[in-house]
Amino acid sequence: MSRIAATFARLRAANHQGLIPFITAGDPSIEVTVPLMHALVEAGANMVELGVPFSDPMADGPVIQRASERALHAGTNLGHVLEMVREFRQRNADTPVILMGYLNPFEIAGYDAFAKAAADAGVDGVLTVDLPPEEAGEFLAAVRSNHLDLIFLLAPTSDEARIRRICDTASGFVYYVSLKGVTGASNLDVVSVAEKVKEIKRFTQLPVGVGFGISDGKTAAEIATVSDAVVVGSVLVKAIESMLDRPQEIPKTLAAVVADMRQAMDASAETPAAG
Amino acid sequence: MARLLNEPPEERLLGQLPDARGHFGPYGGCFVAETLMGPIRELKEAYALYARDPEFLAEFHQDLKHYVGRPSPLYLAERWTKKLGGARIYLKREDLNHTGAHKVNNTVGQALLAKRMGKTRIIAETGAGQHGVATATVAARLGLECVVYMGEEDIHRQAPNVFRMKLLGAKVVSVTSGSKTLKDALNEAMRDWVTNIDNTYYIIGTVAGPHPYPAMVRDFNSVIGREAREQILEQAGRLPDALIACVGGGSNAMGLFYPFIDDSEVALYGVEAGGDGIETGRHAAPLTAGKPGVLHGNRTYLMEDVDGQIIPTHSISAGLDYPGVGPEHAWLKDTGRAQYVTIDDREALAAFHDLTRTEGIIPALESAHALAQAGKLAPTMRGDDIIVVSLSGRGDKDIQTVAAIEGMDL
Repeated sequence: MSRIAATFARLRAANHQGLIPFITAGDPSIEVTVPLMHALVEAGANMVELGVPFSDPMADGPVIQRASERALHAGTNLGHVLEMVREFRQRNADTPVILMGYLNPFEIAGYDAFAKAAADAGVDGVLTVDLPPEEAGEFLAAVRSNHLDLIFLLAPTSDEARIRRICDTASGFVYYVSLKGVTGASNLDVVSVAEKVKEIKRFTQLPVGVGFGISDGKTAAEIATVSDAVVVGSVLVKAIESMLDRPQEIPKTLAAVVADMRQAMDASAETPAAG
Repeated sequence: MARLLNEPPEERLLGQLPDARGHFGPYGGCFVAETLMGPIRELKEAYALYARDPEFLAEFHQDLKHYVGRPSPLYLAERWTKKLGGARIYLKREDLNHTGAHKVNNTVGQALLAKRMGKTRIIAETGAGQHGVATATVAARLGLECVVYMGEEDIHRQAPNVFRMKLLGAKVVSVTSGSKTLKDALNEAMRDWVTNIDNTYYIIGTVAGPHPYPAMVRDFNSVIGREAREQILEQAGRLPDALIACVGGGSNAMGLFYPFIDDSEVALYGVEAGGDGIETGRHAAPLTAGKPGVLHGNRTYLMEDVDGQIIPTHSISAGLDYPGVGPEHAWLKDTGRAQYVTIDDREALAAFHDLTRTEGIIPALESAHALAQAGKLAPTMRGDDIIVVSLSGRGDKDIQTVAAIEGMDL
């Protein structure tokens, strides 16, 4: 069983939902990322989503754009990102790591070479924001043959035919983009998320994670009652941005934010009225 | 893809592209986040429908005639021809269009489409400001809300166009992310679109972006080549030997080339911005010095580093200052149907002055790149050979730039 499948199986058995923090690899420096990943896991993260910085992150809001710029400024490239995962794996054999990025850095590395190196480093899944299934053929084959999951997005604008098609192609879990907008937006509507997740679940046994616009424990808890996992990014990256003058405090501070969310999610899971 | 009153539906070789999913060989396609896939399908279906709709086409052509002022003249530049001493040079005068460039051909078409689709808000990206002005213009005319994204750098160097957009009622948003130029304006417009898809239509200004934009923008601009073909047959009694157009994203070039694609005796030259010179790395010539990759919704040649990060570009002309290029140009390059060359800042500036002094026409700095290539090519050809150059825009917007470079105070 893959690390991702095993993680969701454990969560299901415990009647808990997954908490998946996103950070941009190399933000604000290459050294900070691995200790930060460990701190997030110790605070209750079930999976880590590691952003691969790109010069033109079209689907991201200003917070994650700036994180990408800082990481690139620090000299982070795909090779560094894979090294970080390898180093993380020396102390953590169980927590899945997903790379989230845009296609071009993977494309220039070569799909097969990238997928092989990623699997070798201990990556579990890849999410390419600008690669819909229509264009994914070759990349999907490369990723699959190296036993990695390719995580696909679904959105409020995805109709039934697309949901069906993407669920048929996806593995690992399905990532539902909770709103029309970019990462870090603030127009999240829990009721419509609940409806859409229910619709998605008609077509797949895969867990459904929800992300974009989840910025506090309360919202995370609400979303957790209607999904299998919650992805949080901008709120963490914003905290990093506020600590650029004291990077040594970043792991501790972000761990506190994640611990808060964990607690809120677990508390609401134990409240019978919820959901 | 449907053609807008394009030539008889005879068997076409390259003209049949793109395929149903927007591919020109390995290029093009639709590389966007899932949220945009629905809206893009809606756009694709609407375009396929209206591109065949006689009423829509009649309205489009009426607007081109009475609002844009088409057909634009095809003008034999006799003094300049004599000075260069070689092939006869005809200028396709897109600079005489309303708003002063070819960009309006496309915005008129897309705005009509937006209206048919029931959208009430128009957004656009702009580099030199010509596409922004052309968009603000049609939005004003149709009473649609308009927001234009423009890099902070470009806002400084194209101040007159910024003011024109504001006069036309558009909101101009200064983009401060990344390199603060056209590519970042495009990123920002995409972010707006994904956030406001219910009421918003995104008018992309060039033959790039996710399918169907490259084909659609080409189709709306192919009026340039259709007219030029008719006009040269009428004036010279035969097809030209060469076509020359500047290529940033490449919309005026695609518009001129497309109706000649199957005329294999007509050589096609696309001119990229050589900036300070290809060897300096400070240029905007992805077809000449870049590599294929994926950016802004399509696969095409890009200016990128070894890690696949997009690198800053440089050109004297803001309209050519873009790290990508339309995917159909990438395909025309690989197939050898078109040749792509570069003209550097200095050569473009010299051609700018040359045409102004010999013909009394001030060209845009973008178009001056095509003119400079004509200046190189013409002397190598015979006196009865014919070159058609796309004079894609007028140079009024550039006089401040030229004055600053030459140390003049306006």
